[in-house]
Amino acid sequence: MFEKIKPHTITPERPATAEGNFYKPQQAKIGPGMNERIQKLRKLSFEAEPTLSIERALHETAFYKANYGKFSIPVLRALNFLDHCQKKTIYIGEGELIVGERGPKPKCVPTFPELTCHSVEDFHVLNTRDMQRYTISQQDIDIYEKEVIPYWEGKTQRERIFSHVPDEWKAAYEAGLFTEFMEQRAPGHTALDGKIYQKGMIDFKKEIAANLASLDYINDPGATDKSEQWKAMDISCDAVILFAERHAELAESLALTESDPKRVAELTKIAEVCRWVPAKAPRNLWEAIQMYWFVHLGTITELNGWDAMNPGHFDQHLAPFYTKEIAEGTLSRDEAKELISCFWIKVNNHPAPPKVGITARESGTYNDFTNINIGGLKGDGTDGTSEVSYIMLDVIEELHVLQPGNSVHISAKTPDKFLHAAAHVIRQGHGYPSVFNPDIYILELLRQGKSLQDAREGGCSGCIEVGAFGKEAYLLTGYLNVPKILEITLNNGINPVSGKMVGIQTGDPRNFKSYDELYDAFLKQLQFVVDQKMRVSNYIDRMFAKYAPAPFLSVVIEDCISKGKDYYDGGPRYNTSYIQCCGLGTITDSLAALKKHVFQDKSFSMDRVLNAVLKNFEGEELLRQTIINRTPFFGNDDDYADAIAVKVYDDLVDTIDGKPNIKPGGKYHLNMLSTTCHVYFGKVMGATPNGRLAGKSISDGTSPSHGADTHGPSAVVKSLTKIDHVKSGGTLLNQRFLPSLMRKEEDIRKLGHLIRSYFTLGGHHIQFNIVDTATLLAAQACPEDYKDLLVRMAGYSDYFNDMNADLQQEVIERTENDAF
Amino acid sequence: MPESLIFDIKRYAINDGPGIRVVIFFKGCNLHCAWCHNPESISSKIEKMYAPAKCIKCGTCVEACPENAITLTSEGIITDPDLCKMCGKCADVCPTKAIEMSGKVMQVTEIMDIIEKERIFFDQSGGGVTFSGGEPLVHTKMLIRLLDECGKRGIHRAVDTAGNVSTEIILDVAKRTDLFLYDIKMMDSDLHRKWINSGNEKILHNLTVLAEAGKHIIIRIPLIGGVNDTDENIELTAKFISELAGEKKQVHLLPYHAIAENKYRKLGKSDDFEKLKEPDKETLERAIAKFGEYGILASVGG
Repeated sequence: MFEKIKPHTITPERPATAEGNFYKPQQAKIGPGMNERIQKLRKLSFEAEPTLSIERALHETAFYKANYGKFSIPVLRALNFLDHCQKKTIYIGEGELIVGERGPKPKCVPTFPELTCHSVEDFHVLNTRDMQRYTISQQDIDIYEKEVIPYWEGKTQRERIFSHVPDEWKAAYEAGLFTEFMEQRAPGHTALDGKIYQKGMIDFKKEIAANLASLDYINDPGATDKSEQWKAMDISCDAVILFAERHAELAESLALTESDPKRVAELTKIAEVCRWVPAKAPRNLWEAIQMYWFVHLGTITELNGWDAMNPGHFDQHLAPFYTKEIAEGTLSRDEAKELISCFWIKVNNHPAPPKVGITARESGTYNDFTNINIGGLKGDGTDGTSEVSYIMLDVIEELHVLQPGNSVHISAKTPDKFLHAAAHVIRQGHGYPSVFNPDIYILELLRQGKSLQDAREGGCSGCIEVGAFGKEAYLLTGYLNVPKILEITLNNGINPVSGKMVGIQTGDPRNFKSYDELYDAFLKQLQFVVDQKMRVSNYIDRMFAKYAPAPFLSVVIEDCISKGKDYYDGGPRYNTSYIQCCGLGTITDSLAALKKHVFQDKSFSMDRVLNAVLKNFEGEELLRQTIINRTPFFGNDDDYADAIAVKVYDDLVDTIDGKPNIKPGGKYHLNMLSTTCHVYFGKVMGATPNGRLAGKSISDGTSPSHGADTHGPSAVVKSLTKIDHVKSGGTLLNQRFLPSLMRKEEDIRKLGHLIRSYFTLGGHHIQFNIVDTATLLAAQACPEDYKDLLVRMAGYSDYFNDMNADLQQEVIERTENDAF
Repeated sequence: MPESLIFDIKRYAINDGPGIRVVIFFKGCNLHCAWCHNPESISSKIEKMYAPAKCIKCGTCVEACPENAITLTSEGIITDPDLCKMCGKCADVCPTKAIEMSGKVMQVTEIMDIIEKERIFFDQSGGGVTFSGGEPLVHTKMLIRLLDECGKRGIHRAVDTAGNVSTEIILDVAKRTDLFLYDIKMMDSDLHRKWINSGNEKILHNLTVLAEAGKHIIIRIPLIGGVNDTDENIELTAKFISELAGEKKQVHLLPYHAIAENKYRKLGKSDDFEKLKEPDKETLERAIAKFGEYGILASVGG
C-alpha cells in the first residue's frame, strides 16, 4: 500500500562534477581504474575538435589525374590506396601504445571525393553548423576549390547515381518515403571474424598468388576479371604492410630523440609490433589489437564504407592471446586493460566522415557505429564470455567515450554473473551497453541461409543489424518511412505536405467501406514504394561494383579471394541488402485509431479524421484527445493494437524479404532499425491519425510511440514479442529507465530478469537509457556542465549536447517508467 | 462468483516482494491512516477522481451526466456530490481521462488473466503476485479464491496487509500465502487510535500468531516525521519484532512522501498535511541503527 512512496535515498543522477563520471576538462584526474596514460589519452581524444583533412583528396586527385585509364578499375583503386599509404602523414601520439590514424592526427577526417565531393558551400556549413561541426581552414578550402573540386565535377559516384534515377524514385525520395544510404558513402557494414588473428597479409598474398598461378586464361571467361581483382587485392595487402612499416620507422626515429627510457622502450616495442603485424599473424595481445587496428584503418582509408569497420566478437578473438600470456606470466590484467583502453580511445579518435549537400546541415552524429560485440556464443555453440569480456566492461565503464559502441550478447548459456556486470554498466546511464540475444539472431541468420557455424560466429554491427561476421556483405540500403506510406494512402497517393503525386491511386479513403479496404490500399502503396527503392538500390550496387571496388576489404572477407570477386560484386560468402523499416509504433497506433474510431465505433467519420489530420488537429483537440486516450496503442500488451503491429510487420516481411538483389544468391531482408532517421521522417510528415502532430518524430525502431506505453516495461516486452523477430535482420527496443528503478542491487538483478524474460520470449535487442527528466532538462539548460552526458539513441549512444533540439526533445519525451 | 473492487493493477512492480511482481490493489480499508498514499484505496465504493490539469473544458461530461450533477466553470468542472450517483458515464466520455472512476468490479478469472500475462517475468525472476490495497484481508472470500487459484498454478503469493482482522481470517489466509508484507505503524495503542482510528492490539497479536505459525514475513514500517519517528517508538518496535518467533525478520522502512496531496485533491478531499513531515536522513539512519542493535536488518524502501 506504500508502493508509491518515493525512496528517501535515491541514488542521485551523477552530478556533473562527480569524479569519474562527468568529464570536466579542468579536472586532470578522472576515473577510478584509469592509469595516467589512459587519462591523458582520453582527455586528448575528448578535447580534440573534429577537423577535416584534405590530404587524402589531394593525393587521390593527383593520382587519378596521372593514372586514370592506365589500369583496370580494381587495380587503379588498389594503386590509389597504395599511393596514399606511401605519402600520408603518420602520427604517433605521446604515450600511445596502439598507433595509427586515418587522418594526419586524431579526429581529423579525410574526404572521399571519388564518392561525394564536398563543395565550398558544404565546407562552410560544416565549419559553422551548431552541431557536429568539422572545422577546415580557409586556406584548405581554397586549395580544395582549386585542386580537387574541378577534377571530380561530374565524375563522382553520387553524380553518376543521381543523373540516372527515374523520376518516380526522385519524387518518393524527396517526399521522404525512404532514404538512400549509398548516395553519400560507400556500402559497408562490415564486421570481421577471427581470420586476421591466424593469418597475416603475407599469408593472404600467398593465397592470392596461388589463385593467380592457377588461372586458366584460355578456358575461363572470368579469368581476366579475376586476375585484375587478385592483383588489386595483392597490391592493397602491400599498402597496409607499408603503412605499418612507416609507423615502425617513425617510432624508431622518435625513440632516438626520446629522453625517457620507459618511453624509449615503448617506442621500440611499437616498432617491433608494427614490423610484425599486419604482415604476419599476431603472437600476443598487443599485436592482436594492433593487427585489427591496421586492418580497420586500411578499410576506412580505402573507402568510407558505412559503419566504419567492426572487430565483431573482439573479446573472443583476444581471449586466446590473453589466456596464453597470463599463463606464461608475460602479461597482467592491468596491462591488458591498458592496451584495450588504448584501442577504445583510437576508435573514439575517428568521427564519421561528414556528409555533403543538404544532409550536411541535418546530420545527427559523430558516431561512426563501430560496435564491439561482447559475450555471446562461440562458433561451436559454447559460451563466449571470458575474462577479456569483463575487462571490456571495465573499460566501457571507466572511459565512457562516444565510440566504439558496444553491446553485450546474452544467450541462455551466458552466465548471470556477466549479465549482472553488464547491468551495472547500464546503470551508469551512458546509454550502453545495448543488449542482444544471440539465441534469436542465430535463428535469424540461419533463416537467411547461413551455416550453423557462420551464424554462431555472426553478431550485430552498426546498430542492431545482424550479419555473418567476416563472411557477408550486408549492406544497408536505406530507411523506409512506413507511416508516410500510410499518409499517402490516406491521400490517394498524394504527399499532403507538397501536394505532389508520389505513390499510386488507391482510392479516396472516405469511400472505403471497411478497415480491410483501407489496409489493402496501404499494402498496394507499400509495394509500389518498395519497388522504387529496390530498383535504384540495385542500380547503385552495380555502380559500386564497377567503379568503386574495395580490394583491401575484399582480402579480409571470406570467399572474396577464392572467388576472385570484390566485396561489392558478390565476392563474400553471403550477400544481403537490408531495408530498414521505421515507425512500427506510429503506424500501428494510427491504424488502431482509424480501425476503432472510424470503422468500429464509428465515433468519428473518416472525413472528419482526415480533415483534422490535414489541419494538424487545429480546432479538433477533443478528437485528438479522444484518440490519444481512448485508443489501444502498441506497447501495452493489448492484442487489439499488437495484432495490427504483427500484421504490418508480417506484410513488411512479405514485401521485402527474400527478393533477389543483383548479386548471385543475394537477397533483400528487412530490419527494424531507425538510428536517428525517425526524427527526419517525422519532419517530412504532417500529423498522423494517432494524434501525433505534424513534424514530430515518428516512433523509433520497434519501440512503442512516445508516451503510448503506459503499462510499464513488462507490458512493452510482451507487446514486442508478439512479432516474430526471427523473420527480421534485427529489431530495436528503446526502454527508458529512470534511476529510481535501478536503486538497489536487487533492482539491477531484476533488470537482468527483465532482459532474460524478453529474450526468452524471442526479443532481438533492448537498450536502456537510465536518466531522469530533471537531469536532461538541466543538461539542456547548462550544456557546459553536462558535456559528456551520453544517452542512448536508437541503436547507438550520443552526447546529449551534440544532439539538435529536436533529438533532445525526443529523448526527454520518451516514456518515463517511473510513474506507472 | 465472488468479485471485488480493484483500484489498480501494477505490472513490473519491483518493491513488493521478491522478483518481478504484479500487484493487485483491492479497494476498501478498515484503517484510516492520516498519511495514506493511496487515499482512493480507503473507501470500499467506486469514487470519482478528477484532474483539473488534464481537463480541456469541452463539456462532454456535462452532457453525458444523466443526473445533471456536473457544472462547467472556468476552472474546470464541479460535481454536485448530492446528485452524483457514481455511474461513471462522465469518465467514459471524458476525452482526456481528466475524470476517472477509481475502482473496478473484477472477477477471479479476469484478475487471473492479467496475472498470467506476467508469468514469464515470474519465471525468470522468482517473482509472483502481491495482493495489496486497501486491505486485501477484508476481501476475504475473493482473496482466498485468488490465492488458491495462484497456488494451483504455481505462482508465488504475497499478501500486503495491516493485519487488522480476526485471527481466524488471517490464519485462513496464511494457509495459502507464501509471504506476508506486514505493516506496523506504532507501538502505543492510544497514539495508534489517534492517527489511525483504531487500536493496534489485534494487529500486533496477529503478527505474533503468524510468526508462531512459521510464516515468512517482511515487516514494513511507514515512517512519518512527527508521528512515529520518535526514538521511543522505534525502540519499542525493534524490541517487539526481535521477540517474534521464527526466522529473523527483515524490516523495510517506507519514509513518508508528500506526493499523496495531489491525489487527495483529485478525490476532492482535503487533509491536514501540515502535521506530517518527511523524515530526515538522520532519523532514518538512527532507525536503521536501532534495529541493528536488536539484530534486525532494516533498509529503506522495499
